[in-house]
Amino acid sequence: MSVPAFTFHRGIHPPSKKDQTAGEAVKKLVPPAGTEMIFPMLQHIGAPCEPAVSVGERVLLGQVIGSAEKPISSPVHSSVSGIVKEIRQALTPTGVVCSAVVVVNDGKDEGIKTTRAHTVSETLDREETLKLIRQAGVVGLGGAGFPTHIKLSPPPGRHIDTVIVNAAECEPYLTTDHRVLLEDTERLIAGLEIILTLFPNAQGIIGIETNKQDAIDKIEKAVREKKRISVAGLRPKYPQGAEKQLIYALTGREVPSGGLPADIGCLVDNVDTVIAVERAVHRKRPLIRRIITINGGAVKNPGNYEVRLGMTYGDFARAAGGFTTQPYKLISGGPMMGVAMFSLDVPVIKTSSAFLCLTEEEARLPSERGCIRCGRCADYCPARLMPLDLNKYVIYGEKDLFLENHGLDCIECGSCSYVCPSKRHLAQSIRAARREALAARK
Amino acid sequence: MVTSTPHVRSGDTIESIMRDVLLALSPAAIMAVYFFGIRALCIIILSVGACIGFEYLFELLTHRPITITDCSAAVTGALLAFNLPASSPFWIPVVGAFFAVVITKQLFGGLGQNFMNPALAARAFLMAAYTPLMAGSWTRPVRNLLSADLISSATPLGLLKEGPSFIIQGSDLLNAFLGNVAGCIGETSVLALLLGAAYLFHKKIITWHIPAAYIFTVFVLGTLLGRRGLFTGQGYYEILTGGLMLGALFMATDYSTSPVNDTGKIIMGIGCGILTVVIRNFGGYPEGVSYSILIMNLFVPLLDKYCIPRVFGVVKKKKRETA
Repeated sequence: MSVPAFTFHRGIHPPSKKDQTAGEAVKKLVPPAGTEMIFPMLQHIGAPCEPAVSVGERVLLGQVIGSAEKPISSPVHSSVSGIVKEIRQALTPTGVVCSAVVVVNDGKDEGIKTTRAHTVSETLDREETLKLIRQAGVVGLGGAGFPTHIKLSPPPGRHIDTVIVNAAECEPYLTTDHRVLLEDTERLIAGLEIILTLFPNAQGIIGIETNKQDAIDKIEKAVREKKRISVAGLRPKYPQGAEKQLIYALTGREVPSGGLPADIGCLVDNVDTVIAVERAVHRKRPLIRRIITINGGAVKNPGNYEVRLGMTYGDFARAAGGFTTQPYKLISGGPMMGVAMFSLDVPVIKTSSAFLCLTEEEARLPSERGCIRCGRCADYCPARLMPLDLNKYVIYGEKDLFLENHGLDCIECGSCSYVCPSKRHLAQSIRAARREALAARK
Repeated sequence: MVTSTPHVRSGDTIESIMRDVLLALSPAAIMAVYFFGIRALCIIILSVGACIGFEYLFELLTHRPITITDCSAAVTGALLAFNLPASSPFWIPVVGAFFAVVITKQLFGGLGQNFMNPALAARAFLMAAYTPLMAGSWTRPVRNLLSADLISSATPLGLLKEGPSFIIQGSDLLNAFLGNVAGCIGETSVLALLLGAAYLFHKKIITWHIPAAYIFTVFVLGTLLGRRGLFTGQGYYEILTGGLMLGALFMATDYSTSPVNDTGKIIMGIGCGILTVVIRNFGGYPEGVSYSILIMNLFVPLLDKYCIPRVFGVVKKKKRETA
């Protein structure tokens, strides 16, 4: 091992399930003409976009179809050229229903005309860079979907000294970051350099789990001459890629309870987000595609695909070779934190990262039994909480005790539920209570 | 199918844990049969069978789900037998099993809800109710599998208590380590118990905190507080004899009746150690492991309440004020 492996305390080791797709180069999927593409107006954290087109209008690839006027928002672009068929309510993979623009692909991929792109970001000032990132609709692609231009403008008084690229990819099955690290190395480094120009005193660290040694080697070679960028190996462990755990592993700093990484001088961006930043700033390309791992026992050709946003999961699965058997459970994301979906007619959105189609056998979950007080949930909790107690408070409706015992500091990683020998619904109950408490606060 | 996350679970179950504990207890059981003969085996089988039987009957009569397949009753049965002398009449393990499973465990809500170790509570009950049978006649190892003759003998700790002139020799240490001494069925062979515990450590079913704190405390205090005054004790002999290893490795580490967090576990171990030495040296009984653990069981809710780890990202109040 060429680099020392950093890590956080506690955490779990679920079977990685990555071998099947880690060696599969990313294939581009082009949606066939006639495909209905669905573009939800809410693909990020913040205010939804307003549809900027009307029914019957022809849109071009890369055209803004959802405009973001509100301060915390991010525009949505069309990923194809075609005719706007309708504007209707649609379901997103996260279970939210919001208005969406439906475009029928004409298969011509006719793009909007862009002004000459900048190639050297040094010539741009801070405001221009952030404007380009905002215009391109870049949001955090690790899963949260927080608008990147806002994340890159931390509140005054916060001095960012460390920019971390999150390439831990600790969720089982997922191999997209691994492929991007190998296939898009130069662009990733260029993207990180753009971000570093915004924070002149910061060092860039690319954190990669050591189960991706080939990626570590390749990036290490590429950044050898770069003074401000280094690579750090991370011990393969879940949830190594959780923002707070990753920052702790690499810097030894703890994000204060209820605070932001910026409070301790850190900024974390996912691999694909950094790539999107590079495309936005250097080439003025909007965010219209996502790299997604498709896997699971029901999938015929597991692999990594570049998918246009707006394509439904059903169309995506068909284009990727279809199913060997009727999938029993559909998950958008990884098996630890991904969202189970009840329909294939849901579009791929900016925050989609994996598509798991599990067979009945793979999806089978054991039933819940009584707590035997083994304490494993507490032993493995990366936030050092007491899931067994929090679970009890939720069941008994003890909201004050739940808050007093830091229920809100749960990162919802699911490690407690994973290790519980009684298969108790620990993370599930804590998440429900947490969301309820957060919603009540607003 | 739609469920909340996570969508995968580890393969560990209550059954797998209990089966591992049974496996870990088996070396001690084998040594027990080797030293105490076929009668020890009969008592182990009776005790395990009675525990499973009572659990089944109780759940049947109270219309609860039958949980005998989770193997926890079998573990209780084995531990109960380990805490009985081989000379016990055959009804003793049955009465003990009733007390352990029905009164200590099921009446308080079943697995995970009991506040005292069922096997130890049963032993304490038997000690109080049938003192002559339980404490009067320790069996000496016979080392003849089929021998029905049981010879009574004093336990090493009994000898220490009774005769201040008892001198510990090298062979005594070796015998105590192997289990070739008088005592309860499963407690005498330190070697077998350590072997079983090593397996549990390896499988991460128990952690080092309680056993290490317990054994270390007995060693230190046992050395300091001799029965003939300060610094006359033999700590190493104290930790090899009596039920200490069985108690520290398998009884004090019981999930239901031990603290969840590491700090709590260490305090529990130290508390057990202090009480054991105090009872052994100053109490009326030659041995104090079971009562020490039972007493510390009662402190577990308190330890669980105050020994909680610092939550990630939460700074102690003092620091926050200065920051």
